Amino acid sequence: MTQIGTGEAIVFWVCAVLSVTGALGLILSRRTVHSALWLALTMISLAVLYIANAAPFLGMVQIIVYTGAVMMLFLFVLMVVGVDSADSLVETLRGQRVAAILLAVGFGVLLTAGLGSALSGTMARGLDEANAQFGGNVEGIARLLFADYIIAFEIVAALLITAALGALVLTHRERIRPRVTQADLSRQRVASGAPGPKPTPGVYARHNAVDTPALLPDGTLAEDSVPAPLRARGDLRPIDTGAVEETRILAEGSPAVGPDVTPIADDPGSSPGEPR
Amino acid sequence: MNPENYIILSGLLFTIGALGVLIRRNAIVVFMSVELMLNAANLAFVSFARINGDLDGQVVAFFVMIVAAAEVVVGLAIIVTIFRTRRSASIDEPNLLKY
Repeated sequence: MTQIGTGEAIVFWVCAVLSVTGALGLILSRRTVHSALWLALTMISLAVLYIANAAPFLGMVQIIVYTGAVMMLFLFVLMVVGVDSADSLVETLRGQRVAAILLAVGFGVLLTAGLGSALSGTMARGLDEANAQFGGNVEGIARLLFADYIIAFEIVAALLITAALGALVLTHRERIRPRVTQADLSRQRVASGAPGPKPTPGVYARHNAVDTPALLPDGTLAEDSVPAPLRARGDLRPIDTGAVEETRILAEGSPAVGPDVTPIADDPGSSPGEPR
Repeated sequence: MNPENYIILSGLLFTIGALGVLIRRNAIVVFMSVELMLNAANLAFVSFARINGDLDGQVVAFFVMIVAAAEVVVGLAIIVTIFRTRRSASIDEPNLLKY
């Protein structure tokens, strides 16, 4: 009936630029998460284009289903698969990338030029008449969906249920050993002889580095307070006898510990085995 | 401006999606490119519905969306299953059938 107005032309050009940018970002981003976000941009601008194109219902469905559900599903799977799984740049087939780009450019030119020339000068008949027939866009779609397309609608419903079941079956993992409950875990911990947490390194010692073993109340080393790799390398800091003495004096209730009471060299940087 | 611009934009987006399917190696990005192609087709449906003054195009676009949602669910489940066994989301990895 009529040409497209200026307001819609502005909306079209803004959203067209945004959606093409998003599409290019999708295929050019090195990181998969960035690709997903670019695709979300494309989908939102497409939703705006649907609404501009007299399809408010589809625009809303696009936002809810695509940017809301599908893209979130994509991001969810991205987090499962690993965010930083970057693409390999090795070409399995030699020259495939160049050939693909040439093919895409040729295809794009053919498609857009063909469509452009075939449709040039087309007038949009507009949906006002079709919408008015049933009292609105949503009502019109509902009428078609539940009258003319009812068989397709039912089949699609079955398809959705099948897809959901298929996803369940595909991602299901059979449990091959009995589930370890919290009661089992606590029983294990008590049976191991050390129900509490292990002493942390350096708590009763002079230094708080991880290679400083904690001292037990009787002054001996708590070996398992040092991480196992350090223990395997023999990197235990020896007992600081001065600290033990200081602890003893503190425990006996001495009012203050100063250099005149027990001279202790302050050695923050001494390494294990260094003569003091 | 003419309504054919919408169709041309749809063709452009479809081409970019096809290029993404051809050049990317990550299965998830390939899948997103397929989604882009479906969306481009939807834009064409919606525009043709308006050009022809008929709501059927919008109904078909609606069905495309539903089928795409089902496809995403199953496809992502397959990708997760392959990732569990192969520890990789690259589409070059699952090549055992070749030998």
